[in-house]
Amino acid sequence: MSVQLPIYLDNHATTRVDPRVVDAMLPYFSTHYGNAASRTHSFGRTAEAAVDVGRGQLARAIGASTDKEIVITSGATESDNLAIKGVAHMLRSKGDHLITAVTEHKAVLDSHHALEREGFRVTWLPVDKEGLIDLQQLADAITDQTLLVSIMAVNNEIGVVQPLAAIGELCHKRGVLFFCDAAQAVGKIPLDVEAMHIDLLAFTAHKMYGPKGIGALYVRRKNPRVRLEPMMHGGGHERGLRSGTLAVPLIVAFGEAARIATEEMAEESKRILALRHRLHQGLSARVPQIFLNGSISERTPGNLNLSFAYVEGESLLMGISDIAVSSGSACTSSSLEPSYVLKAMGVGDELAHTSIRFGIGRFNTEAEIDYAIERVADVVTRLREMSPLWEMVQEGIDLSSVNWAGH
Amino acid sequence: MAYSDKVLDHYNNPRNVGALPKSDPSVGTGVVGAPECGDVMKLQIKVNAEGVIEDARFKTFGCGSAIASSSLATEWVKGKTLEEAAKIRNTDIVQELNLPPIKIHCSVLAEDAIRAALADYKSKQKQDNA
Ligand SMILES: Cc1ncc(COP(=O)(O)O)c(C=O)c1O
Ligand code: FES
Repeated sequence: MSVQLPIYLDNHATTRVDPRVVDAMLPYFSTHYGNAASRTHSFGRTAEAAVDVGRGQLARAIGASTDKEIVITSGATESDNLAIKGVAHMLRSKGDHLITAVTEHKAVLDSHHALEREGFRVTWLPVDKEGLIDLQQLADAITDQTLLVSIMAVNNEIGVVQPLAAIGELCHKRGVLFFCDAAQAVGKIPLDVEAMHIDLLAFTAHKMYGPKGIGALYVRRKNPRVRLEPMMHGGGHERGLRSGTLAVPLIVAFGEAARIATEEMAEESKRILALRHRLHQGLSARVPQIFLNGSISERTPGNLNLSFAYVEGESLLMGISDIAVSSGSACTSSSLEPSYVLKAMGVGDELAHTSIRFGIGRFNTEAEIDYAIERVADVVTRLREMSPLWEMVQEGIDLSSVNWAGH
Repeated sequence: MAYSDKVLDHYNNPRNVGALPKSDPSVGTGVVGAPECGDVMKLQIKVNAEGVIEDARFKTFGCGSAIASSSLATEWVKGKTLEEAAKIRNTDIVQELNLPPIKIHCSVLAEDAIRAALADYKSKQKQDNA
């Protein structure tokens, strides 16, 4: 079977919009273009009805008990900011302490940094070599000053799934709020804000086959009722939490994307997991010395993060230019620092530089995976032949014993 | 990252990849960089009786620009005397390969590798003559 190039295997960065989602949203640009806040005429009421449907679909995707708990935002970055700063600012008189983990997304990390500059204190939980936090460390970190615990569902680099239900239960018992950045998780793994005691949850359409620029924040209304200080002031949309005219076509699309993902998750994750196994096994069979980064068992089906020892990541990406993946190598980042997530897990810098993230998604095929295996294996083999490190290892030299003339 | 045609050419058809016998007194070997930094370059020169570099080889662990810089360096040192080779500057490599600012350190590494190979050859010659 032939494949069409280039092949997209970067589904953690973003996903292709499902054609069904495009079909659902298009009428809301040209036919039903009313403002959902215009209750006085049919254009507005049609738009409002469509928003209500979308909101319901979003609520059901995460097990929210009412649609009112869904606040529409522009994406997970905004939801992260609104949740963390919104809670901290609202509860400032009750405490000054926040807890999060070092492997969170930059939107979560930087929101905490901003609050630190305002005088809040932050505990940065480490992760183990699998990429998971330690529940006992979390329990020990909670004090009577703690307002919020922010732990992501699925990591965007290594795909590992944190023990959400246990974290939620712990937070609930100790009376602190639990915020979960689930941008990489909704529609991919089962999530239930009730069963998992999640008080706030961020998600975004473009990681689940919806369009970019639309996201949501789940905000619990009961047991406990979560109150937030808004960041965006204006016409009082979204019950005052996020002013701004609603992006009706995008909300319709987001809702439809959530509906499809929820209905097809069981089937789809089986299929994607099979593709991931095929990729992992195919590469392992052809290339020696490759290392999986992150837990194998606690992992989202579509993620495979591998280190190809002795081959620098950017040079590998360059060789497989017809396959879209990403690397934790410093050479691909503008900061020239390797991935902070891999570093936090104790992956040595020398292996972090060789890491490649494969993100398998809904539209990938077996033929594409087979093509990727061949291409990656060929390029790794070629680059190892020109790697001085590979040569040394073949000569039996222990690289850690070498006195490197680093700089 | 947009690569220049010359970087792509060196990456796809690297010149002089390989190894020369390290213990040969006419061979100088330079290894610079460190695996933790994401870049290690090994550059070797073979010098003839007239003091001219008649052959060169490299192996590089690093980005495409680092591979291209070292490939170009082996091309450039060939046929040069030791003094001439010592005059190759990383800025020449940057210009030739059209490297963006963020990739300048890859060219610095190539210059360092040439110097390290020259120094290794010279120290071997001293030992031989002693
Ligand atoms: C875990 C996580 N959080 C937040 C975001 C940001 O999402 P958005 O692009 O919708 O702002 C992303 C996507 O990059 C992500 O992977
Ligand atoms: S070797 Fe890292 S940027 Fe060139």
